[in-house]
Amino acid sequence: MGDTRHNLHRFFGGLVLDGHKSESTTLPITRLPMPDRLILPLREHIGEEDKLVVGPGDAVLKGQVLAQATDYVSAPLHAPTSGSVIDIGDYPVPHPSGLNAPCVVIQPDGDDRWIELPSQETSVEALTPEEIRRRVRRAGVVGLGGAAFPTAVKLNPGPNKPIHTLVLNGAECEPYITCDQMLMRERATEVVAGMRILMRALGAQQALIGVEDNNPSSAQALEQALADAGERDARVVSVPTRYPTGGERQLIKVLTGKEVPANGLPANIGIVCQNVATAAAVYHAVVKHFPLVSRVITVAGAGVGQPRNLEVLLGTPVADLIEFCGGYKADASRLLMGGPMMGFSLGTDQVPVIKATNCLLVQNRSEIASENGELPCIRCGECAKVCPAQLLPQQLYWYARARDLEKVQDYNLFDCIECGCCAHVCPAHIPLVQYYRYAKTEIWAMEKERRKSDLARRRHEARQLRIEQEKAEREERMRRKKEALGRVGAAEPEDPKKAAIAAAVERAKAKAAARKAGININSEQDGGA
Amino acid sequence: MGQVLLALVPGTIAMVWYFGMGVLINVLLASATAVTCEAAMLRLRSRDPMPAVSDLSAVVTAALLGLALPTLAPWWLPVVGAAFAVVIAKQLYGGLGYNPFNPAMAGYVVLLISFPVQMTTWLGPAGVVSHDLGIGETLAYVFGGVAPAGAGLDAYTMATPLDTMKTELGLNRMVEEIRANPLFGDIGGRGWEWVANWYLLGGLWLIYRRVITWHIPVAMLVGLVGTAAFMYPLGTDSQPFPLFHLFSGGAILGAFFIATDPVSACSSNRGKLIFGAGIGILTYIIRTWGGYPDGVAFSVLLMNMAAPTIDYYTQPRAFGH
Repeated sequence: MGDTRHNLHRFFGGLVLDGHKSESTTLPITRLPMPDRLILPLREHIGEEDKLVVGPGDAVLKGQVLAQATDYVSAPLHAPTSGSVIDIGDYPVPHPSGLNAPCVVIQPDGDDRWIELPSQETSVEALTPEEIRRRVRRAGVVGLGGAAFPTAVKLNPGPNKPIHTLVLNGAECEPYITCDQMLMRERATEVVAGMRILMRALGAQQALIGVEDNNPSSAQALEQALADAGERDARVVSVPTRYPTGGERQLIKVLTGKEVPANGLPANIGIVCQNVATAAAVYHAVVKHFPLVSRVITVAGAGVGQPRNLEVLLGTPVADLIEFCGGYKADASRLLMGGPMMGFSLGTDQVPVIKATNCLLVQNRSEIASENGELPCIRCGECAKVCPAQLLPQQLYWYARARDLEKVQDYNLFDCIECGCCAHVCPAHIPLVQYYRYAKTEIWAMEKERRKSDLARRRHEARQLRIEQEKAEREERMRRKKEALGRVGAAEPEDPKKAAIAAAVERAKAKAAARKAGININSEQDGGA
Repeated sequence: MGQVLLALVPGTIAMVWYFGMGVLINVLLASATAVTCEAAMLRLRSRDPMPAVSDLSAVVTAALLGLALPTLAPWWLPVVGAAFAVVIAKQLYGGLGYNPFNPAMAGYVVLLISFPVQMTTWLGPAGVVSHDLGIGETLAYVFGGVAPAGAGLDAYTMATPLDTMKTELGLNRMVEEIRANPLFGDIGGRGWEWVANWYLLGGLWLIYRRVITWHIPVAMLVGLVGTAAFMYPLGTDSQPFPLFHLFSGGAILGAFFIATDPVSACSSNRGKLIFGAGIGILTYIIRTWGGYPDGVAFSVLLMNMAAPTIDYYTQPRAFGH
């Protein structure tokens, strides 16, 4: 039931939404049968694209590295099963843009044979924080709540940011999504074991597991697991069901009353927040040496036959999941990756599921009917009443529409977490978040352009400097040479021809200097010539 | 918008009760003009007129204008006012949501400046004037310019209480003397104060229904009465009692129905307070020292101008700032 003694706080705004959680929680998590092929995008995290280490035709084993991380905020990619690499090329990937991106395609051989893993299970107490981070990084673990930020990076807040509290995010606030709920219910022991590892890596003294109060079964399972593990520094806190409590900053506010500074990270106030499924993945990575090759995904919505949760190999085409869940109903009209509030629609069900995929939502016609007919904004202010970032969405909309990229930042556009509360309550049915995403993208593009032109300008300036230096050096050499010659020919009478040349050189130099100073000497020049 | 219209019903009935059928004629003429103009403008702008006309925003504008006009007005007065409000003040700026000024008040002010005589020909409230205009006489005047037979128009019309107060104070008469005029009631003007009460009821209902928030009305009324109360001790004979301001003229209608137009008002809560208080203070200033007896319309327009700036400087503290 959660710890009722814990002092809870409130964040501004938010919405109480119809959860639709029960439909997909009647069946236990089921492993999806082996798909015909797996499509693995090389970039599933926020950093740069991974560097391939396999080629077409290669046989791979389950857990074998397919591509290595190239920078700090990236994670390596592993083969989710054994088989062969049948293609490397551009395929549709789950992204709002609907564009294709480089992927590795694997044809499973059906054996699901593991690569050789270190066999010994290590006790957590014996591991240093560095070793934990190394194993987490090597296993390609990223935040499974949806952001796909490499977990190892989050476990390394830096020496001057001591962490006192680990917040485990079990507040799955978006309607329809139940993958964390089912995972907490069925695999609470793994979550708790992962939590202990995370605490050790961070040096955190306590852990708070936030679970929404509409989900008592998960809270109970976790409390049982905590009791079984003899954990005394961690507790399950039941938090009010209110979207978007599962937002990192919102959950921290609810549990601790503290606000993460706008331009900072939770680590700035001594807190690190991790999703419960990430904790379970960390347990597998650190104790069992398993890389992240599968995850639990909710298939839900009124347009799908049997909503449920599936354990799915990464790279499985979305169509396979839908088909396993009874396929599309006749009135199915839109496929979303993610929930109804923050998800994005998929143009095709041939895209694969990735590490960040928590839900596939099939909406029917009646669910999206209300979104038609955008009306003018009359600045009624309903959006501002629900904005958990305490922004003025109507002003952001106004300036985003006007492409006033400066003003829109003055209204703190970049504090917008794109939770969609504003659009949900908008009586004019304006897709507000789209406008904010548009403005953000425009600003990023502008910044990129500016950095590029800055670089070009710096390059140009460096080139000018180099040319001038070379010129000066040349003149210096000439001068030395001349001096040397002068010393030799000092006794001789001055050659009138030489003197004329010297005079011409002097004139040319003066002209050049004048031109450089921006003085127009054309007339003089013409006259002289 | 429908709820706003509904909330105006009690006040409108009270207006008709005290000032006759001319009120309804004003509202109907203005509404018909506004809707026609809205549809025509949208046609010209190659937009579908149906959603815009059915959102009732033009009717709200027209109703507010019609209620603010003198109760016995020639037919072209509401027509010109509503046409200006919808065509110039609203559609030329881009239609609903894009107008910087309150359209109803823009239309009202244009009429006030252009047609001062017609705009100050108010019927006296029932119980003060001895003659009641029948519906036939009213229509004859509105559409034909035919003054009622017998006593002539002067027997029915008189200056408004605010106007009377201003004129007579200008003649150095004392407030007590002025208030002996049967035009004045217990607090404000006779009849007027009851109309204000019914508007107040509608306004409170709008707050209860969460159509508007309390910030602008309260700030405006506090700004108006507060300033009056602050100034009152400086000369109790030369100034009306502070509450007089509240229950005469357009204070209540303006506070709950006009200043709260979300399009042209401030949107943050702090901004709304400043916006409302500004209207209240300006209304007092115009009423006391300005050239017009009432100042709600001018004050609303002036604060509309300031609204974007106020909004910019009164943003709520964003999360984590």
